Amino acid sequence: MTTTLRPPSDATPNPNPASDPAVDIAPAKHRGNTVGVGSSRTSTIIVTGILVVVAIYFLVPIYYVVIAATKTTEDLFATNGFLLAPTFNLWENLRLVFTYDGGIFVRWFMNSVLYAGVGALLATYFAAAGGYALAKYEFRGKNIVYGTVLGGVLVPGTATALPLFLLFSQMGISNTYWSVLIPSLVSPFGLFLCRIYAQASVDNSVIESGRIDGAGELRIFHTLGLRAMTPALVTVFLFQLVGIWNNFFLPLIMLADSKLYPITLGLNNWRSQVDRLPEFYQLTTGGVLVSIIPLIVAMIVLQRYWRGGLTDGAVKG
Amino acid sequence: MQRAPWILLAPFLALFILTFILPILSAVATSFTSVQRQGLFGEDGITNSFAGFDNYAQALSDSSFTASIGRVLLFGIVQVPVMIVLCTVLALLLESASARWPQFFRAAYFMPYGVPGVIATILWGFLYIPGLSPVLDIAGAMGLDIDFLGPDTVLWSIANIVTWTYTGYNMLIIIAQLKSIPGEIYEAARVDGAGSWKIAWSIQLPLIRPALILATVFSIIGTLQLFSEPLVLQTSSPAIDSQYTPNLSAYTNAFAFNNYGIASAQAVIIALAAFVLSFAFLAIVNRTSRADKEGA
Repeated sequence: MTTTLRPPSDATPNPNPASDPAVDIAPAKHRGNTVGVGSSRTSTIIVTGILVVVAIYFLVPIYYVVIAATKTTEDLFATNGFLLAPTFNLWENLRLVFTYDGGIFVRWFMNSVLYAGVGALLATYFAAAGGYALAKYEFRGKNIVYGTVLGGVLVPGTATALPLFLLFSQMGISNTYWSVLIPSLVSPFGLFLCRIYAQASVDNSVIESGRIDGAGELRIFHTLGLRAMTPALVTVFLFQLVGIWNNFFLPLIMLADSKLYPITLGLNNWRSQVDRLPEFYQLTTGGVLVSIIPLIVAMIVLQRYWRGGLTDGAVKG
Repeated sequence: MQRAPWILLAPFLALFILTFILPILSAVATSFTSVQRQGLFGEDGITNSFAGFDNYAQALSDSSFTASIGRVLLFGIVQVPVMIVLCTVLALLLESASARWPQFFRAAYFMPYGVPGVIATILWGFLYIPGLSPVLDIAGAMGLDIDFLGPDTVLWSIANIVTWTYTGYNMLIIIAQLKSIPGEIYEAARVDGAGSWKIAWSIQLPLIRPALILATVFSIIGTLQLFSEPLVLQTSSPAIDSQYTPNLSAYTNAFAFNNYGIASAQAVIIALAAFVLSFAFLAIVNRTSRADKEGA
């Protein structure tokens, strides 16, 4: 496994997201880039047909829950799942979701925002500082540090969660906000990406001239380094944000108090009660719908920033 | 001057040691320890003693645990290649000139990545449960008798959920890499008379190799960690027991049986398996690419 330096040409800083080249210039660049031979009418119909069928597959569960959230529990079982029922119960279901148990749903949602927002922001900053240090300085122990962290990328998160729970129990911080937040602050993969990016995009001569101007090392990192690394930081932030938001195992192990739950744990808690109390079907479908709307909007807005190209040369065969 | 890199690294390293190194060391230590409870309920105190490989022997001789390893391996052998092929094909189609509305499709395929595994499982669960699922209603009307939650099928129902969640994400990584291929390469190929298939096979696929390798390694690691999907489906499928996957097994041992020694041994085995499989895959990939280069 070798890491190669590749100028991150496809991830250059872009001050204006609206003019993102991947989105706006794509059609023009697209035509030049693509496999032009197959652009006949028949192949357009075949290809688009395949894409439509696949899109139906990806959208069906979402469509189902939109419909399900408008139904009473009775109708959920009595009527066709893909069609609206005569009684439109959406507003009542949503009222239930937001008022049940003193509005616990809103609290779960805010907990997720806290865990994912704060966690991803700090994790990105720490990964950037570490990656920059490994890329731009020569010091004893550097390779050991990098090798160890790289090994961390391959350690399954759930393998450390169990012993971490035992450790946090001894420290008396299990079942607190800290128990979920602290492990979310570390992203070995983020450090790995930041190092590659800093190596390729932070110019040594810029650092040197900063030093000549009398700026301290930390100041150089905070002003020049962070600015040059911005595209990588966006990727690391988004990666970590989604990772924390979607995490289930860690909060499941750490948290006993349902007031500290993130939304994933909370909704699963509601779902697990449907067998005893059928009204939880309405809570679950309504809650699932409300919880995925912001995620869907976020994914559609954010996909243009998702620079998978950063991983170029990361693992070269 | 040499203090600067350590100051920059300090927050990351402190947290890395706390949340990676210490837990791994303590898991290894716990996995070699057995706990004896004195008295009927441990009321006379608890002693820890060195157990050698007892916990490992016990974990590996537990047929449910080895069966769960076999189950996720089977899952991985089928699901990972299916997903990698699917996301590669979708990326190539979306980047071909034949695709209409590529932005819409790209967003639609990527969207499930934002839906947490637990919620994706709740969603698909509704489509799997008889009486609730319109899919089963339609199949029933056509005379098909499908059971998504039976002992032979539920593993593939889980595979469907995982594929649904991650295909779009992997596709986006591949698209980013396809976009970084310079236009001149395509033009040169076309001048040489290469058609769509030839260009996809001999230009695009080799150049997106690194993205495919990374996606495969992450998928292997993800497969070994399979947990929330079977946990959530457990209540609707009797075919899923408390040791259905290695992670579920470790979770059950730790929290239902309070047997941290066995649970830690299982966690270590899972981590080792992830290492071995990832490196084995990278080694195979490296060897074939070297052979390619020598052959060329």
